[in-house]
Amino acid sequence: MKHSFFAKNPSVLLFLACLALFTIAVTVMSEAWGLSLIPTSFVKTLGKTLCLCLVALAMDLIWGFTGILSLGHMAFFAIGGYMIGMWLMYARTEEIVILSLANSPLPATPEEIRQGITSQIFGVVGSSELPPIWSFAHSLPLQLLLVLLVPGLLALVFGWLAFRSRVTGVYLSILTQAMTLTLALWLFQNDSGLRGNNGLSGLQNIPGLGQTSQDVISIWLFLASALALALGYLLLSSITSGKFGSVIRAIRDDETRMRFLGYPVESYKLFVFTLAALIAAIAGALYYPQAGIINPAELAPIASIYLAVWVAIGGRGQLWGAVLGAALVSLLSSWFTGGRAPDLPLGFYTIKWVDWWLILLGLGFVCVTLFAPQGLAGLLQRLAGPLTPRRGGAPLGPDPGALQEKEARE
Amino acid sequence: MRTLFLLFALLLALTPARAQAEGKAAAVVLDNAGQVAKPSRQSIGPVIDALAASGDPMAAEILAAWAEKGLAQRKSDGVIFLIRPSGDGWALRDLTGAEAGIAAKTDMTELKPNAGVRGLIQTALVQFTLADPDPARRAEALTAIARDASAGHLEPLRNAIPGESNPVLLAQKHRLERLLTLRFDPDSAARVKAIESFGADTGLDLRAALTPLTTTRRAAFDSPPPAGANIARALIPGTDIPAEEAWDILIAAGAAPERLSVKTARDALIANIANGEVGGVKLAALNDQAARDRAYTALEAAGAVPPAATEDEVAATLARYHFYDLYTEPEPAVTTAASAALSAISTRVGAMQAADLALDAVSLASIYFLAAIGLAITFGVMGVINMAHGEFIMMGAYTGYVVQLIIPDYTISIIVALPMAFAVTFAAGVAMERLVIRHLYKRPLETLLATFGISIALQQLAKNIFGTQARPLTAPAWLDGQLAFNDIIAISYIRIAIFVLATLFLCFILFVMKRTRLGLEVRAVQQNRNMAASMGINPDRINMLTFGLGSGIAGIAGVAIGLFAKVTSELGNDYIVQSFMTVVVGGVGNIWGTLAGAALIGTLQKGIEWLNPSNTLAAQTWMILFIILFIQFRPRGIIALKGRAAGD
Repeated sequence: MKHSFFAKNPSVLLFLACLALFTIAVTVMSEAWGLSLIPTSFVKTLGKTLCLCLVALAMDLIWGFTGILSLGHMAFFAIGGYMIGMWLMYARTEEIVILSLANSPLPATPEEIRQGITSQIFGVVGSSELPPIWSFAHSLPLQLLLVLLVPGLLALVFGWLAFRSRVTGVYLSILTQAMTLTLALWLFQNDSGLRGNNGLSGLQNIPGLGQTSQDVISIWLFLASALALALGYLLLSSITSGKFGSVIRAIRDDETRMRFLGYPVESYKLFVFTLAALIAAIAGALYYPQAGIINPAELAPIASIYLAVWVAIGGRGQLWGAVLGAALVSLLSSWFTGGRAPDLPLGFYTIKWVDWWLILLGLGFVCVTLFAPQGLAGLLQRLAGPLTPRRGGAPLGPDPGALQEKEARE
Repeated sequence: MRTLFLLFALLLALTPARAQAEGKAAAVVLDNAGQVAKPSRQSIGPVIDALAASGDPMAAEILAAWAEKGLAQRKSDGVIFLIRPSGDGWALRDLTGAEAGIAAKTDMTELKPNAGVRGLIQTALVQFTLADPDPARRAEALTAIARDASAGHLEPLRNAIPGESNPVLLAQKHRLERLLTLRFDPDSAARVKAIESFGADTGLDLRAALTPLTTTRRAAFDSPPPAGANIARALIPGTDIPAEEAWDILIAAGAAPERLSVKTARDALIANIANGEVGGVKLAALNDQAARDRAYTALEAAGAVPPAATEDEVAATLARYHFYDLYTEPEPAVTTAASAALSAISTRVGAMQAADLALDAVSLASIYFLAAIGLAITFGVMGVINMAHGEFIMMGAYTGYVVQLIIPDYTISIIVALPMAFAVTFAAGVAMERLVIRHLYKRPLETLLATFGISIALQQLAKNIFGTQARPLTAPAWLDGQLAFNDIIAISYIRIAIFVLATLFLCFILFVMKRTRLGLEVRAVQQNRNMAASMGINPDRINMLTFGLGSGIAGIAGVAIGLFAKVTSELGNDYIVQSFMTVVVGGVGNIWGTLAGAALIGTLQKGIEWLNPSNTLAAQTWMILFIILFIQFRPRGIIALKGRAAGD
């Protein structure tokens, strides 16, 4: 290797610098450690946005680089959230139960504590038994392991089944959507053991940190999200810039040719699918403690489609494009739907953005698909054209995002 | 009173037969005036029976009046009259029906029998109403008996059969008589015969009559069960019933002490805390169950708490007893016949339910077919995923709603709405194809995204225009109700109409595809677009028309779905995934494939729902899992397209 990784990919350093600046700025302006310019609720929103950026990175890896339009990665995101939520809820309830039992004349037995926790958590769905899937909920390390294991295994099995029978293109999209719907429907049932449509709640209270204020917790979670995003970005940019990146881009551009060249296409796709699921799960595990509540509606197929929308608007095949798209669209979305955007009077009709934002988003999305297939990243690159080296040469694949001749030679 | 009595005596003496009967009811009342005035449930039976058996035509009227507070006793002499309000007082009639002047209300005491007595009177009245000249009253009486039968009805009912002239009522009476016989007849042979006489009948009334005969209760005996007990089966604790339940039976029978629950033990321990310890165990050490048990045993030994059964004692006691399921009905022949009849009924009912399920599945399949066929055309011919297809369905349903706002007559409005919906969604489809999809033919994955953008925009637009609440799309009156074959197999007319509509569309599309120029060109473009273009077919025009056709059919499906589902802006969401599944499972680009897919998914969903009736969510989960697995084995669907188009 002639040049170091960062020398070859200056955008990575630039991105990390921007992220670091942003993180420091938010921390300084937060209520906990700084000037109290940013309210805690907004710190949480920003932290959640960082998690969404991370899952958008995963989506970019699988869709922008490998060409698999998965409509199921928000399901892995939510499963990650459920897994961490189980521990948060169990441990938090355990604290409350122990506290309330401490007043009784006899010291509590472990059995009584378990009973108390079960009735606290599952009273709403009328169950008095702790479901077996909660067996590990008492232990943070085990449950953290599950954050990775459950989505990872699910993605592995599902991906193996799908790729091995050569389900590609729109079929795979529909199949992943069906998987998401199945999971959502299963979770909606009360006897799934995850509190049905009540979901898990009170996740913002971190067990053991009862005295710590939400201001501080939100900043810690924000910093953790930023760190995860930075690590995720580093990992994915190193993956996509090397030989592996070339292979998966080649799979995107012509899968059959890659198969004939002797590459195990299925294994590559399976690896990418599972890796993206793991990243999504980590993002989810960081997101839901900041959101405070998770319910099966989070798994609705539409959430995964929105994920694709973010990546498409931001720019496929560009890691920072995906981050940009997710941050921009999700922040705009919460700004418009939160009723904070000013109404637009047209004289004969006043446009209320709460009602019209989705229409704007939908049409904007159609326009991006039609006129800027490379998304905002593509537009920015075109604007900044003279600054980046003109690589020239013909694209190596039929898709405009394919490596170009000079790029490939480096 | 004496004069009256003399009068009655005279009448009795002078008039033979009928006239003799005529005074009898009055005489019975007279003889038992005290009882009649202050009846008690225990002792009034013979009086009522005597009245009912008197044969006097007045008896029914007297009984009815008695039950309805239409009798009163004159305070001065205790004579009982039939009364009806007249001005401020009562118009009196004596018990032979003759007018007897008017009395002030203060002079009379109304007779108010209590509910129990009224019940007895009503039962006695049954035989009169069963023989009432008016068939409507007789039918009413039969219904009343069927609803609330008792042993007392059996005799009057049997007596009423020979005199029945109306053949329908006669059949009803016979059936009811058998139903009462099998429940109340003292002769068990007659009951068994009555049970067997129903043969292949599956009526709800029969099931309701048989089920109580086979109810069981659990009982425990430490010796062989009593001779009269009708044993359904012997139970072994631990295998047939859980040991806890067996113990509960013993507790209920008073043969065993209450189990020591964790809570009672805890309360007992708390009550005996002394000097920071309980039964010699330090308080702080009581944080596990074994320590608590030790403390309790210590207290038990000290006699401070009641003894509680330990596990060994429980096992020993359970071993000493025999547990049985006992029929509440004492007659074994009857219970055997009833169980046999019930199991035969449940077999037949099962078969009928299967038939009903098949009907349901067919109707669900036709809904899926209608919803999916438009998608199949666009997906199959153009390889374009139209995520806005669900919104076209919604658009059709809203078109139907708007048409109903303008045309109030439901029949005409439906007839207008169907072509209107087609026209509206056809136009929308063509517009979408021209404006958006045309540019994306080379990037099929991105049509999915672009049409999704259109889908969320359309959904929000509908929400802005029509609001979030559900709008009604009312079916014409002649589609109300259902076609019932018997009390199990039934199908609503709307579902039949949808089935007919789906069949019509199947024929229509088959005709268009196989017998018209357009269909020929569509198939040519589907098989090989470039070759078709070089043969002089304009593929752009074909794509536009196909897309319009597919969207138009979605609109019509929307009207059909709106008739039974609520029309909301999210209507399309409910059908889009199912439609995709139908198309993918069936095989892309093939009408028969879509039909097969719809049939498979409809049957599967209904079948799973039947296996797990309490949970439609679980049914859908299992169905989608099945589909995912199915695609593993037939990735191209049930009917895979052959030729170049399938080569990718």
